[in-house]
This record gives sequence, structure tokens and C-alpha cells, in this order.
Amino acid sequence: MSRLIVKNLSKTFLLGFFSKRKVEAVKNISFEVKENEIVSLVGESGSGKSTTAKMILRLIAPTSGEIIFEGKDIWKDLNTKNEIISFRKNLHAVFQDPFASYNPFYPVERTLWQVLKLLDKNISKKEGLNLIKESLFKVGLDPKDILGKYPHQISGGQKQRIMIARCWLLKPSFIIADEPTSMIDASSRGGIIKLLTKLRDEQGTSIMFITHDLGLAYYVSDRIFVMKNGEIVEQGTPDEVVLNPQHKYTKQLIESIPKLYEKMEDI
Amino acid sequence: MSNSLMKIEKVKAYYMLKDRYVKAVDNISFEINENEVIGVVGESGCGKSTLSNVLMMNIIKPLALIDGKILFKTNGSYKEISSLSREEVRKDFWGKKMALIPQAAMNALMPTIKIEKYVEHLADAHNIPKDKFLKKAKERFEKVDLDPKWLKRFPFELSGGMKQRAVIAIATLLDPDLLIADEPTSALDVVNQKMFLKILMEMKKQGIVKSIIFVTHDIATIRQIADRMLVMYAGKIMEISPIDKIVEKPLNPYTQGLLNSVLTPEPEIKKRGITTIPGAPPNLIDPPKGCRFHPRCPHAMDICKEKEPELKEVEPGRKVACFLYSEERS
Repeated sequence: MSRLIVKNLSKTFLLGFFSKRKVEAVKNISFEVKENEIVSLVGESGSGKSTTAKMILRLIAPTSGEIIFEGKDIWKDLNTKNEIISFRKNLHAVFQDPFASYNPFYPVERTLWQVLKLLDKNISKKEGLNLIKESLFKVGLDPKDILGKYPHQISGGQKQRIMIARCWLLKPSFIIADEPTSMIDASSRGGIIKLLTKLRDEQGTSIMFITHDLGLAYYVSDRIFVMKNGEIVEQGTPDEVVLNPQHKYTKQLIESIPKLYEKMEDI
Repeated sequence: MSNSLMKIEKVKAYYMLKDRYVKAVDNISFEINENEVIGVVGESGCGKSTLSNVLMMNIIKPLALIDGKILFKTNGSYKEISSLSREEVRKDFWGKKMALIPQAAMNALMPTIKIEKYVEHLADAHNIPKDKFLKKAKERFEKVDLDPKWLKRFPFELSGGMKQRAVIAIATLLDPDLLIADEPTSALDVVNQKMFLKILMEMKKQGIVKSIIFVTHDIATIRQIADRMLVMYAGKIMEISPIDKIVEKPLNPYTQGLLNSVLTPEPEIKKRGITTIPGAPPNLIDPPKGCRFHPRCPHAMDICKEKEPELKEVEPGRKVACFLYSEERS
């Protein structure tokens, strides 16, 4: 069954004050994401991939089209506050900049307490702390190193791991990961990717990566969508898209990426 | 006469703080051959950028050259540039013998002055007639696939890829023997990256520059252009080898870790999976005793905690600093 259905989705921005200019950021795209599936939306800056993600996260309204999440149209069928809260619990995001996701004035575990309060307002201190510790262990962190620390005292990789610990507490059915590894050192990137795929393996979470890194998309996804100028120009399994690209843009993109085991012939 | 363009012998360059040193480049020796491209890799904060400044003798407080020699071949003999002052090296070597494209150079272009002003400044600094030099700049711009009309424009009018090409054209106007490029491609998208690499290699083919030091954290990029790869960790050289051999079989455990974290769209990568190097690089004020990588190394032995491994040749052309390849291990 499809967990997320996107149908003929478009977004047009109007720019300018007096003379209006139209920018079509997303043009009539459709796709589905199944349960237990990892997909990637790949594209360069300005391709419309982040706009698409924001519309699915219910942060900006689409100009036309439908986004159906677990049977409900998220822009039409969610009316009460409770419905929206339950939507936010089930569809969660991990963002690019782990430095911007924390309030520098509070210890980092506050972001985990907020999640617990969202789940159960009357949770006791002791019970909550146990859950937090458990979630930190899940993402390979020692609670001793984290609890009571402020954001500037821990590394970017650790911050990103805590964002994933949040997903372990919340247990969303769908995660949108917007460039989750682009701001952390390559040597800790593999760990973050493994944690996200572990969520899928153990909880059946669907994950959508939004990225410009075709290497990442090729490595983690079940299916890849390539976006260019607001349109999905190519889609398929990673092997189809990377090893046998059909669209001119995908071909050029793959040709330009430096590889480790293959030397470019035209340099 | 050996065919090395530059010899770096036991160089130590530290940042001097009030009462402590940051050992950013610590006892490093290697040679740069003529007509070769060396790729320098390592995690952030391992001393890569400090090394490129030391090679240029661009040493400004708090950085200080503590020990060692840097020799540069000019007119058939070696000149010890490490005994000259920064000012002397600047006058006689910068631009003509060696040139540096610093990190994020393209974003450091002054937005209010035209590109051609940079060419004029260069002409002034080297007492070259401006007209003649501007003509040369126009020819070079065509070589890097830029319309010479862009010389009359302001930097903000150029795209990122165009700015980086303008920077390399101007940096190499005086045909330096050695070009040091510090992360020149990391801010560009892949299509522009490839174009930049093509231009760089074309300049080498045409003899505009002889040798290139390419500093980056992206091993896949180095793989495309370099002859040798130099792996730095915490101010030390861990391994220096021909690139094909390193990719085929990395020797130092740190190099292995770096290569195993490379993520490119290739079936081989998917098959072998990617791994992480546990922990974080050390603080260079007080680096670990012994091998600086030992706290993060999966193969650490007792000797690694006590003694520092020397950079030794283990196969022809391959040097590694690791006790796994040394007889001292037992």
C-alpha cells in the first residue's frame, strides 16, 4: 500500500511587487512512496526538490494538486488541531543543518523532552529520562556524553544523531531527510545513514531523502526520482537510474560525478 | 640533479598562542616532482591548508616556521626559500614560480572592483606594462572558456563556476612552476567541478604550470587528476603513494578509513558498504602520544601508544607511517 501519494503537484511563486513575475518551482509532479520504502529526490539547487519537501511537510501550500498521506489529503482533510498534531507525529523531518535545529540557550536533551511532552503531557521525570537514555543508546550515543550539554559542546555528527534519537521516541511512519549528511564530516556520514536505514528495518518507516548527492541516493534508496527545473525527469531503481540513465540531464550529471574506481576519460 | 621541483625537509610550522603551540604541520618531509599532480587529503583541521601556506612561505603570525628546510628549484639549482623572509619570497617567487589559490578565493573577490583591476594589480606588482599584460589576460580567459569581455565586469556579475575560472586564469598569468589549489572545487556543482578539472589539466598539458598541489577532502576528485596522494592526519603525513595503488590497496588504517567512507554512485561502493572512523580528530595543542591516530585506529598495538611511527618506504614509491608495516612492531 502507498503511504504517501503525490498527484499532479504544482507550486508557482509570484515574485515582485508591482510587476509580478511567475516562477514555477514545481511543475505537475506525481509519485508514490510505499510502506517500508526508501526513496530519494535528487536534484541540483533550484530544481524544486526542497519546495516539494516543504509542501509534503505541510509548511507551504501547493498551488494545485494533492498530497495524500495515509489516506488523508493533508491540505484539505486535516481540520482540527488534534488532526494536525497527529499528522506531525507521523510525518517527521531531519534537516540539513544540525546547528540550526537546536536552541543554543538550552541543553540539547530539551529537544527530546519536547517530543515526550508531545506524546504524553503527564509523563514523569523518571520515566521520561529512561526513554531518552534508551533512544540515545539506539543511535550509538552514551547518555553520559550528551545529557546536560549545550549545543556548542557536542559535534555536528552527535547533533544529527540526537535528531534521529527523536525519531526513535516519536516513531513516525514517514521521515523526510533533507540533506542529512551534507554538513557533517565524511568520516561520520556512514553512521548517520546506517541509523536511518535501521529505523526502516526495525519499524517499517518510509524515508524520503532530499539530496543533491547522487552517491548517497544510489547507496540507500529503493527508488530514485531525478528532478530538474521543477519536473521529475527520470525515475527508477538506483541501478536503472545510475547505470543506465535515459534522460539527457541525468546522463550529464552522472558523467560529471568523479568516481573512485573509474577514471574520467575526457580530463 | 634530481627531478624534484621542491623539497620539504622535516618542516615544523606551529601556531603560537600565548603559552602553547598548535602543531598544525609537524615534522613533514616530502618532495614534489616536476610535472606531477599531488592530491592532499585529510579531515577538516588536519593541517592541509597550513601546509599550503607553508609551501608558499606565506607565514604570518601567529603561524611560525619552527624548524626544517624548504628548497625550490630555480634555474637548475635549489634555493632555500625557508631562509628568506616572507617579503623576499613574495617578490621573487610568488606568481612567477609558485602560485596559490586559497580556499574560497572566488568569494574573496572585491565586489566593487572590476576583474581587470586584479590583472592590473598583478602587472604593477611585477613591473610589467599593463597593456601587454591585459592582452595576455584576454588570451588566457579564452583558454579557460571565458569571454574576455568579463574582464570589464564586476565579480558579482559572474556565476560561481565563472569566478573560479577567472581566479585560476589570473593566478597563473605569470606561468608559475607550481600551482597550489586549496579546495578549489568544493563550492561548485559537479558539472562546473568537472569543467574546472579539465581546465587545470589542460594548463598542465600546455606547460603553463608544471606541478600542481590539489588540496581537498574529496578523494574521488583527486582520483581523477592526481599522480600521487598525500594523506594528512593531525599535522602528520600518514601515507604518500601513487594514487592507483592507494585506491587499490590503502596501507595505513587511516587511509583505509577515509577510502571506506567515500560515497560515489558506483556498484563497487554499494557492494562493499561504507564505514565510519570512530571518534574525532585530536586537538593539535596536545596531540596523543605515539601515533596520533592510535585512539581511533582499529589495529592499534601497544607500540602505537608509545612511539611515533616514521614515514618509511615499504614498496617502491610508497611511503607509510604505521607500525603495521614496520619491523619494530614486536
